[in-house]
Amino acid sequence: MIHLNNISKSFGKTQALKNVSLQLDAAKCVGLIGPNACGKTTIIKTILSMVVPDSGEILVNGTKITGDVRYKASIGYMPQIGRYPDNMTVSQVISMIRDIRGYEGKEDTELYEEFGVNKFCDKKMRTLSGGTTQKVSATIAFLFDPPVLILDEPTAGLDPVSSGIFRDKIVREREKGKLILITSHLLSELDDLLTDVVFMQEAEVLFYKSVEELYTETGEERVSKAVGKLLKLKMR
Amino acid sequence: MKNITKFVISDIMRNRIILFYLLMLCLFSWSIFSLEDNTSKGIMSLLNIVLLTVPLVSIIFSNIYMYNSAEFIELLVSQPVKRSTIWKSIFIGLSVALMAAFFIGIGIPVLFFVPGLTGATFIVTGMLITAIFVSIAMLCSILMRDKARGIGLSIILWLFLSLIYDGLVLFFMFQYADYPIEKPMAILTALNPVDLARIHVLLQVDTEALMGYTGAIFKKMFGTGPGMMVSLALMVVWVAGPFYLSLRLFDKKDL
Repeated sequence: MIHLNNISKSFGKTQALKNVSLQLDAAKCVGLIGPNACGKTTIIKTILSMVVPDSGEILVNGTKITGDVRYKASIGYMPQIGRYPDNMTVSQVISMIRDIRGYEGKEDTELYEEFGVNKFCDKKMRTLSGGTTQKVSATIAFLFDPPVLILDEPTAGLDPVSSGIFRDKIVREREKGKLILITSHLLSELDDLLTDVVFMQEAEVLFYKSVEELYTETGEERVSKAVGKLLKLKMR
Repeated sequence: MKNITKFVISDIMRNRIILFYLLMLCLFSWSIFSLEDNTSKGIMSLLNIVLLTVPLVSIIFSNIYMYNSAEFIELLVSQPVKRSTIWKSIFIGLSVALMAAFFIGIGIPVLFFVPGLTGATFIVTGMLITAIFVSIAMLCSILMRDKARGIGLSIILWLFLSLIYDGLVLFFMFQYADYPIEKPMAILTALNPVDLARIHVLLQVDTEALMGYTGAIFKKMFGTGPGMMVSLALMVVWVAGPFYLSLRLFDKKDL
């Protein structure tokens, strides 16, 4: 569904992405992991064309993304830190995005209900706590039933109950055949969610493996431990 | 495009500063027209005030608005909307809101006291000046990532175009008074939107004594009617030029 071919990007002197190539297919839940500042968020932002790559091309559903924005209708994006206009209420933000997307299918209100968004939908965005803003971001990302979901550090600010709700939702969507791309450096949170792992380091993709491959290579049964072990093996 | 413009306008209309701006303009126009019996003189006094305050408020307000909507713009870019649509909608929203304030504050009293072509010319000029400085403010906001620097740049630009530029032109004029400098002077004037606006209104009012040196040259070179067409066209260029440049830069900007 999403192909990245030799994407490079630098911000001034710092190289954020070096010849990154990836192929992400439907019905997978891909974890994009790596240390801080390894280029995870930059990859996501290039897919959404919020950052324009210096070279290389990105294909979504077989078409190049440059110049045509319609492909974004098939992506639900949840940013790392959701930043919204201060003076808008939650329901205004949601209805504005609904207007912009002009989505006509059936809306997926599961998260809206499970997070109890209607309890705080008249509050201004500025007054919301970090976790509540995350809930709004998540609700918006899933609301229009997009075939691709891009989640940047989704569970960082959520309480354990909401985090559980959110994980269950991700599993349900994966089983429906959607592509889900998650970034995180909290590996323990990603156990049982992922089907594939992309490990990035210093602006490059170190490896792309399915979780089964990872387990058989390392003999571990948790993503967090397997990745750690594999890295140790590579270091040698 | 309509949705975003609608949102921007309703967002600005709720802003208290725009209300304050409107009241300030009302105060200027009503007090000048009630103190001055000669409306022709009145409109000249009003012109001087308008050419100082309208650019200042338009450029600073738009600039701060752009920096405060950084999050909003980021949110929109992640949605299926073209970047150019976002940028155009914000420009239209800002211009329409500020022009509406100008129209209510200055336009209505002007139409009341100076009906006819002169009043209409005055209002159109004021609105164009508003759009010009909105467009310059948007360019400043994209050139400077840092808010303080962006606002600083827009204040400097306002100061330069409203005050310093005239001083430089005057200096140039005295230095080369012995040479035939009509043409360079006319060109220099055309480079400054505030001067253009002043000349545009003065050509309509046709008060030669108040026209000043550059205005007189403009009239001599083009005559009243064509002169006004030229100044109007140049003001439109001043709206479109900076806006087009900022649009091109925004298209490639990393958010």
